[in-house]
Amino acid sequence: MAFKALRRGARAVANAVLDPVAELGRSGLKALAGLGRAHLLLLHILAGSAEVLWRPRLLLAQVFNVGVLSVLIVAVSGLFVGMVLALQGFYVLSQFGAEESLGVMVAASLVRELGPVVTALLVAGRAGSALTAEIGLMKATEQLAGLEMMAVDPVRRILTPRFYGGLIAMPLLVALFSAVGVLGGYFVGVGLLGVDDGAFWSQMQSKVDFREDVVNGVIKGLVFGVVVTWIALFQGHDSTPTSAGVSRATTRAVVHAALAVLALDFVLTALMFGN
Amino acid sequence: MAKQRSIEVLVGAFMAAALVALFFLAMKVSNLGTSPAADGYRVTARFANAGSLKVRAPVSMAGVRVGRVEAIRFDKKTYEAVVTMRIENGVDTIPEDTFANIFTAGLLGEQYVGLEPGGSEDFVRDGDELTQTQSALILEQMIGQFLFSKAEEGGK
Repeated sequence: MAFKALRRGARAVANAVLDPVAELGRSGLKALAGLGRAHLLLLHILAGSAEVLWRPRLLLAQVFNVGVLSVLIVAVSGLFVGMVLALQGFYVLSQFGAEESLGVMVAASLVRELGPVVTALLVAGRAGSALTAEIGLMKATEQLAGLEMMAVDPVRRILTPRFYGGLIAMPLLVALFSAVGVLGGYFVGVGLLGVDDGAFWSQMQSKVDFREDVVNGVIKGLVFGVVVTWIALFQGHDSTPTSAGVSRATTRAVVHAALAVLALDFVLTALMFGN
Repeated sequence: MAKQRSIEVLVGAFMAAALVALFFLAMKVSNLGTSPAADGYRVTARFANAGSLKVRAPVSMAGVRVGRVEAIRFDKKTYEAVVTMRIENGVDTIPEDTFANIFTAGLLGEQYVGLEPGGSEDFVRDGDELTQTQSALILEQMIGQFLFSKAEEGGK
């Protein structure tokens, strides 16, 4: 009798210890399963690559959605980021009597880091959330299931063009952001603060390398384009088909995309400019 | 149909604008517009101390940039720094006994290679080595020497 009570007590204690561990394991497995579904979806999206070439109009519409509609916010943000960089950079550089290096500072920080990262964050907020909501709503209103009923693969028909649209638009937006930002820095630095015009450009040209800085920045943009659209599409496709589910998925898409971009930027910077 | 057309036009304009931006970055912001990459001939020089000379630092003659430093490596036999420079093709009349110095632009500026032409009739060609060199001036050493000589004067 006493032995039985002892065993029951031991089991209760063991459960109390093991329950949190099991909870942790369950959430870990859930995250892993989500990661697996995301990769399967990516493979499925990529499998439809050839069909995008057959239907360039679908792709065109998505380049329009992600790219053209983001031009305004990207250009205006780039202008202001460049202007603020020039103001702040001038303050620090003037303490060392190195105002002429303002051009280098603005251009290098825009082309290498701020251009790709800020553009990716803007696109995640502007276009990524729209993609997630669109796909999630299509799922909630059973449009994806409807396509499947007509023997049309919804992933290939709906998701693949959106994926490639983001892939094409992002590097172009990055180039636009950086160029507009440099112009903004030029207006403030040369126009407002009185940095020498020639020194601004010549110092910039002698320090910023095309292959090392500009091309690497655009490559970053390409990688971020893949990540942002992939996360947005996956969250939409994986959302619970209710209004609350779509809203949660939209939030998750923006948050995950922003975190992934910032973390990936560290890795890419270490790889590209590490030595 | 009209909508499709306007989408096409806008996407085309977007791509053109982005390509213009990329062209601007390449030509105006980065060095692609100024230096034809990997063009020119190589000349090496050995320095006892390369200071803080960096790859891609300018090589100048009479204050005009005629090339760039392509590589800096350490010679483990002679304990010298071997600096490889790429000189522009147009500058093909550098005498063989040209003097190569490592100068500093300004007090805190970056270091560059300054070439002072010698009097030889023969010109350097691809792969040649400049034998007359002067190392980088290390500020700490100069200050040390100055203090040392001042102390000597004071002792007399």
